[in-house]
Amino acid sequence: MNLISIRFVIFSAVLLVLYYRISQKWQRIVLLAASFCFYLCAGTESLFFILFTILTTYFCARCIGRNQARLNRFLSGHPALTREDKRCRRDKTRRQNRLLLALCLTANFGLLFFCKACLIQPLHQALSDGRLSFLTLALPLGISFFLFQSAGYVIDVYRGTVPAERNPCKYALFVCYFPQLIQGPISRFSPLSEQLFRGHPFDGKEVSFGLQRMLWGYFKKLVVADRIAPAVAALRQSEYTGAAFGALTLFYAIQIYGDFTGGIDIALGLSQALGIRLPENFRRPFFSKSTAEYWRRWHITLGQWMKDDIFFPVSVSAGVRKLSRISRSHWNGFGKRLPVYAASIVTWLATGIWHGLTPNFVLWGMLNCLVIVVSEELTPLYRRFHSRFALKDKPWYGLFEIIRTFLLMNLIRACDLFPHVGDYWSRVCSLFTGFHLRVFWDGTLMGLGLTGLDYLILAGSAALMLAVSLIQEKTGSVRKLLWRWPAPVRRGLLFLLGLAVLLMGHYGIGYQASSFLYNQF
Amino acid sequence: MDNLLAILSGLHPDVDFETANDLIDGGILDSFDLVTIVSEIDEQFGVAIPAEALTPENFNSAHALYALVERLLDE
Repeated sequence: MNLISIRFVIFSAVLLVLYYRISQKWQRIVLLAASFCFYLCAGTESLFFILFTILTTYFCARCIGRNQARLNRFLSGHPALTREDKRCRRDKTRRQNRLLLALCLTANFGLLFFCKACLIQPLHQALSDGRLSFLTLALPLGISFFLFQSAGYVIDVYRGTVPAERNPCKYALFVCYFPQLIQGPISRFSPLSEQLFRGHPFDGKEVSFGLQRMLWGYFKKLVVADRIAPAVAALRQSEYTGAAFGALTLFYAIQIYGDFTGGIDIALGLSQALGIRLPENFRRPFFSKSTAEYWRRWHITLGQWMKDDIFFPVSVSAGVRKLSRISRSHWNGFGKRLPVYAASIVTWLATGIWHGLTPNFVLWGMLNCLVIVVSEELTPLYRRFHSRFALKDKPWYGLFEIIRTFLLMNLIRACDLFPHVGDYWSRVCSLFTGFHLRVFWDGTLMGLGLTGLDYLILAGSAALMLAVSLIQEKTGSVRKLLWRWPAPVRRGLLFLLGLAVLLMGHYGIGYQASSFLYNQF
Repeated sequence: MDNLLAILSGLHPDVDFETANDLIDGGILDSFDLVTIVSEIDEQFGVAIPAEALTPENFNSAHALYALVERLLDE
């Protein structure tokens, strides 16, 4: 079921009515049933994948939890044990649990690898060739997201930061809670389960805020992302180089921002209407002043997952500690930073592969890593520069940093669009060898499947998104601001937004809203 | 404690680590700093800090970090 289909809107409306009409103790059962219904709509084949993940991670976490509880009972029942004996016991349990964790993660990530290699890549090919078969449509919906969420849970149980959940139905709800199933956010067990497992009384303000956020998400997806999509598809063709490639990086930035944040707004909005707050996945990423800051603002929950579950474990692993000792003995300054960079390379490689198994995604990860590492190495130089020239407090310098980061990230992000690395490099080189601004007025942009009206709507919508982001950056929440306004004005504005979605959304005869870009990851 | 303060000051000379108690929550230390501190502690104290101990509670202040090192030395 597509988030931007009428079926989904009706499904959500029926669920909301049912959810608040029944007793609070049954709400989680309704959510579980709704989540399975939602998932079944993606095809019965998909159900196998999510059930496999639910069962393997549930039983693995239970075994790990039992081993740990047994160890704790033994240690508290034998206070006279020496420190060495206690350490031996702890090590033995840790080894058993590590083996269980490794088996569970290998099975699940092996499945993800299989899906990416055998199902998703053919889908890309099928989409580009214009042919779709039943097999390609039967891809496991949101596999990367529910798998990362359940893997995070097992790792948390292994670390002892959360207890293993006993109730399989409750755990199944945590994994397959449908608003976040398609493209995240990736939640941690404690904050989400606590909300999922308790009842929620009807709160008119929360429901209203949630629905407003959904409406805003539909606006970004249907009016902005889907409208600009034909131009992005056209500009990927080989004849568009130089300034046209520059336009492509800008258009793709607008498309992916509208698409991904729009989808997240729909997910978080519906969840808020149900009384459940999911973690924020974006914090105005295009206002970032550095690549590192950008990655703290874009796809936040994936970044946090990668940091907690890959970057930190790799950083403190035996191999990296050994590397640290060797590098320190050879290079004092750089040697201290080398282990951090090694862990960063592994993390960015994993992030790239998560996005896709084609070389362009590996390059995308490595480019991000390279920019962050070079920035880190140049930090002393920056400090000297800023101590000599007091530019940090100047507003225009802040704006320069924002534009610089925006353009750089646009350039790196364009890797997504070219599975063949050579195609990407030739486009990047053309920026320096064939940059002619005339493409902006010689009619090239009018030959991309968009009319003058489309460009006008896009410019207006982009200005509106920018204004909303500026208000959010200053005050935190536009909806809270609107709430303080007189009700007729507020309702009037929301009516206009709804009207904009209906009238300016990218529909048409035979039109089927394209699926979200992040579904493919 | 002095050794630990020296490690921290080496990363951010402008921060008063004796009084600061929001090193992570306040954005003073980032993940790169954390890993650098972990390898410095490994080098100087001979203590391997596990990944699960890399939490804001353990790194928000020099005192919390010192308590963590002492706890790990004790195990």
